[in-house]
Order: sequence, then structure tokens, then C-alpha cells
Amino acid sequence: MRTRIYSYWFILPGMVIYGLFFLFPVLISFPFSFTRWTLTDWYFTGLDNFRMFFSEPSLRIGFINTFIYAVLTSGLKTVLGFIFAAYLVARPLGSGFLQSITFFPSIISTVAVGVTFSGLMHPAFGLINKALAFIGIPGPDWLGDPHLALLSVSLVDVWRGVGIATVIYIAGIRSIPRSYYEAAMIDGATSGQRLLSITLPLSRPAMNTVILLSFIGGLRTFDLIWVMTRGGPGFSSDLIASIIYKQYQSGFYGLSTAGNVILFIFIALLAVPLNRVLSKSEVSL
Amino acid sequence: MRWKTMLLLVIMGMTLLPIFASGEGEGPASTSPGGAEPVEITLLIDNQSPLDGLKAVAAAAEEKLGIKVTFEFRPGGPEGENYLKTRLVAGDMSDLSYFNSGSLFLALNPPQYFVDLTDEAFMDPVIATFKQVVSVNGRVYAAPAGEITAGGWFYNKKVYERLGLEVPHTWHELMANCEKIKAAGIPPIAASYKDSWTSQLILLADYYNVQRAYPDFHEDYTAHRAGFADTPAARRGFEKLREVYERGFLSPHPASTTYENALLMLANGEAAHYPMATVALANLQAVAPDKVSDIGFFGQPGDDPSDHGVTIWLPAGLSIWKGSHHIDEAKRFLAFFLSQEGLDTYMRAQKPFGPFPIQGISLPDDIFPATRDLLSYIDAGKTAPALEFISPIKGPNLPQICVEVGLGLKSPVDGAREYDRDVEKQAKQLGLPGW
Repeated sequence: MRTRIYSYWFILPGMVIYGLFFLFPVLISFPFSFTRWTLTDWYFTGLDNFRMFFSEPSLRIGFINTFIYAVLTSGLKTVLGFIFAAYLVARPLGSGFLQSITFFPSIISTVAVGVTFSGLMHPAFGLINKALAFIGIPGPDWLGDPHLALLSVSLVDVWRGVGIATVIYIAGIRSIPRSYYEAAMIDGATSGQRLLSITLPLSRPAMNTVILLSFIGGLRTFDLIWVMTRGGPGFSSDLIASIIYKQYQSGFYGLSTAGNVILFIFIALLAVPLNRVLSKSEVSL
Repeated sequence: MRWKTMLLLVIMGMTLLPIFASGEGEGPASTSPGGAEPVEITLLIDNQSPLDGLKAVAAAAEEKLGIKVTFEFRPGGPEGENYLKTRLVAGDMSDLSYFNSGSLFLALNPPQYFVDLTDEAFMDPVIATFKQVVSVNGRVYAAPAGEITAGGWFYNKKVYERLGLEVPHTWHELMANCEKIKAAGIPPIAASYKDSWTSQLILLADYYNVQRAYPDFHEDYTAHRAGFADTPAARRGFEKLREVYERGFLSPHPASTTYENALLMLANGEAAHYPMATVALANLQAVAPDKVSDIGFFGQPGDDPSDHGVTIWLPAGLSIWKGSHHIDEAKRFLAFFLSQEGLDTYMRAQKPFGPFPIQGISLPDDIFPATRDLLSYIDAGKTAPALEFISPIKGPNLPQICVEVGLGLKSPVDGAREYDRDVEKQAKQLGLPGW
């Protein structure tokens, strides 16, 4: 009994910080989402904020964009991360170096990544289009073309996040017992067959982690899109998070809190079933 | 064993303590013993406004009045606005604050936070129009912090000379000029929609023409009796924005060009026009000091050649925080700043981009040619204040909507309609009648 109290005392500081700076603000935001709030005063307005948020003309684009962004980035990270990891686990020449450069983008600040790529993607002065022009392809206006802006930012997000996915996969693949591969080799399986029939199914737990983390990450992405396009041109690359931020900027604090509540519910509605489906499909080792 | 646990908790508690400790008990800042040490006052300003003039005045004030002004910086735009509001609510504000006049200032609820300046002698020569946009219930809460600016069109005089063009006095003439410039292989208009706020200028600068056609628009608009979509004169701004795109007058890559890029294009003659506010002259001076005298300015023309005017914006205001320990010093600093001596110091460091809203202040002879162009409209009385000074509502999404119309993604009517919906949020937030 005494040992248990002892361990609870240890988590107390953590719980206090978590409760004060995380749990309390989350809970308090629910009542505030029903008010017109000016930081000093609030007036109860019922469901007005929610009604107004859903009548926001750019919101429909925001929901669609957010969904596209999340599916695209998490899909690419899941596939590319697996390919990189399967290659790196085989320990090719210089694998340590390759592993480092795959992981490198993940340790740079998102804002720095965004600023750098905004420069690289400039239609006239950017390195990407200069390189394309060198081989005779006219490059597009990556961030200025309303049909392309969201895709461009997604690709940068994948570049930045694929390293984490690779590392998770590497850990998952390394935990597969060698005996399976040895048995398969004795049966004469090619390396391709080993990859598809052993590595791929048995790294499902890692894959599920990657899918879930990157999907939720994609749904609540804000920083990269804000640095690179601010939701523009027009509203063409607006995500739910950037719409919420713009409303907060305009001083509509109650309205943007309502937006956050909606985003919270939206993520929960997508992520909880996804988690259930994924964990059902896991194969135990 | 137990004392070790206790010790650990005490240590943890001590490391956490500073997080919870409030900023109380800092006490008043340095006291001022009879003039020996300069008294320090703080001034919060955004990091985008031109600063050379204010800095020069501050340096002179330190020498003359023994008041040292320390600048604190915040971001510009809505981010800075939130920063300012948070500091006001938290009761931790700088002595002086530099902030917009008009609807944004009034939304701060000035009587609650700022010192009433109505009866100060230094406010007497300030023109009534300025006092009006920083007043609540007839009491004035801010002093002008700089020059009047105007929205209109900058043009490159060298391009105009080379092609033998005249300054246009109707929208039709302006479009004809653009056609000739385009034929000569020069982009007629620099567009910098990457910085989306710059996309609003064609719409906002058209307000002189709106007011001529519909003098009470601002009242009807505020009372929800008129909107942009159903008022032809107001909708015209959106149509003009779309027209310059459709006729192919914009510089290449409009959505990837920044404000600074566009200024350089104008200065170097890589674009003939730039719809902008004259405050940009200070930025132009910084990025292309040897080219700024090649630049002229005209108000956005309407349809009547004999009635060519300009839409003006009043300068930001300087307010004194009520909780300041240095209210008297701050007042003395403002009095010095608004005097001819103070403003001469200002203008020596930073050429004025427009007149000051203060009677009896003379501008030097070597002002920018574009400023001289602006003065000719003001002297002729051909001005109208921008809508945001005579109506408290301005929708937050106007820049994005203007980008959509300006890039041909949305028709002028749809843009106007969307803006009318956008404005509704602001009006409701302010609790205006009729919404």
C-alpha cells in the first residue's frame, strides 16, 4: 500500500501541470464556444457561433482541403516510409548516413522548412523551377496557383515527416524474428517474396502507428500552411485550423473557440473508428 | 525513507514555483530625481511602420526634455492587435502605444484603458477629422502619430514619358494607358497578392467615387440598409479589380509576388503602375532610394474627368496608458512631438508621405514628387475618408476575397456578396443595431 501512495506522489507534479495547462483550458473552451467573448466580457449566444461557423463560405473548402491534406500526406508517408525502411534495414552501403538524411528534415523547425520551401518554390527565382527550366520543363507557380497550392504544401509536409515514419517502420521491421526469414530462404523465397509475405504483414503494428499519427497530424496541421500560403491564394488552401486562426485574429474569440470544438469533434469522429479498424487488422507475431 | 520523498517534493515545488508566481510586486520603474537621470518611458509600436522619424524625435526628446523613449515591438496586423488587447486586459501595458485610428481603435474601448487628451493644449491644432476617429462620446483618446496617407495609383514617370502618356482622369483613360503600356511590352500594373492585404487597394481607393455617387453609403451600410453587392457604385470597385485581371494588365505571377517585390518592380520600371497607399513611399525610399523621385501618384479615377479625387486614410494614433507611472512625461513627449520643432525633426529623418493632420505645420520643400501630387488633391479639397473611418465595420476576409476576384476565381458580384456576408460577423460582434 505504501509503495502505491509513493508512486502517486511522483505523478502529482505532472498531473498538476497537465490539469492546469491542458485539461482545464480544454474543458473551459466548451462553455466559451457558446458565447460572444471579448476577453474581458462574455455574452451567452446559444448556438449562434456554431451556426455562423457552418455558414462561413470558406468552411466547406476548409473541410474538404483538410481531408485531402490528411489522406494525401498520411498515405504518402505510409508508403514512402515503408519503402525507405525496407531499404535501410537491409543495411546497404552508407545506410547510417542515409538514415540520418532521411530523419534530418524532422528535426528542423516547421517554420524554417516553410520559409525555405517558399523560396525554393518561387515561380521565377526559385531553385526548383530554375532546375526544371534547365532540363527544358516550364515549372508551375507552385504556391500561387490556386489548384496547386495545397498539393505543394502537402509534398513539403511529406518531405518533412517521412523521416519519423521511416524510424517507426525500422523499429517495427527489426523486431520481426530472423527465423521467419531463414525459414523462407530455405524454402527458396526470393527477396521480393520475403518482403511482401513476411516484412509487410508483420510490420502492420508499425504501419498502423504511422497511419494514425500522420492522419491526425494532417487533420490538425496549421503551421506549415500558414507559413507557406496563409490559406491562399484566396481561400484555396485554407484548412480548418487556418480558418479558426483567422477568426481568432479578427477578435472573434467565441467564434474561433466554437471552431476548435468542431475541429476536436471532427478529428475524434474520424480518428476513433480508424483506430478501431486498424487495430482489428493487426497480425500478432 | 519518507524524508527523501518530502525533499524531492520540496525541490520539485521550488522548480515549479516561478511558473505560478505572478508578475505582481515589480514596483514602479525608475524614479526621476530632478533631471539628472533621463526618465524612461516605453512605446509599443508594430514592426512594419516606418520608424526613422519617431526615433529622431525620441532622440531629440531625450536631449531636450530628459525623457528617454524605449521602443517595444509587436507584430503588425491582426496578430499585433491581439497582442495589444492581451496586454491591455492583463494590465501590463507600455506607457505609450502606437495603434490604428478609426474602427480598430474604437474597438479597443479606449475610455477604459487610455488617458483622456481632450483638454490638452497640444491637441488644439489637431484637425477635427482626426479627433473624430479617436473619440468616444466627444472625448479624444489619441494624438496623431504621423502623416495622412492616401490610396491610389503610383506610376513610373519615366515609363509615362517614354510612351508619351498623360496622367488619366477617368477610369477609361487609365485603361487606355494600360493598353498602350502593355503593347510596349511592359506589365501595366504590379500585383502583389502574395501579401494579400495589398489586393484591397483598388477596391478601397475607389471610395472617393462611391461617396460622390452615393454620399450616405457609409450610414446605410453601417445600418444594414445597403451592401456592396446591391449598390452599383460600391460594386464598381470589385469590377475594376476584376477588369485589370481580365485585360491581362497584371505583372506575371501575381499570387507569388510580395509587397516589396512590387515596389521594386515599380521603381525599376518593370511595371508601370502600382495601386497602393502613399505610406509605401517610406518603404520605397528604403528599398530604392535613388528611384523614388521617378514615381508619381494619382487618385483612383472615376467616370467624370472634372471630378478626380482621392481616398485618404488618417494616421495611426499615440495613446497614453491609464495605468502608466509616467503620464506627465508621456504628455510632455506628445506635446514636443506635435510641435513644429518636433515634426521638423521627424521630417528631417523621414521624408513625409503626406500632410500632418495638424493645422499650421509646414512641410519642407524637398518632399517626394508623389507627395506633392497628393497635396494637390488635398489643397483642392478633392478627398474622401476611407470607409473604415466612417463606418465601424470592415470584414476580416476582405483581402482573401479581393485576391479571388483579382485572380479571376470569382466574379465581382459573387465577391461583393461574399464580402457582405463576411461583414455580418463583425457587425454582430460589435452588437450593432439592424444586424
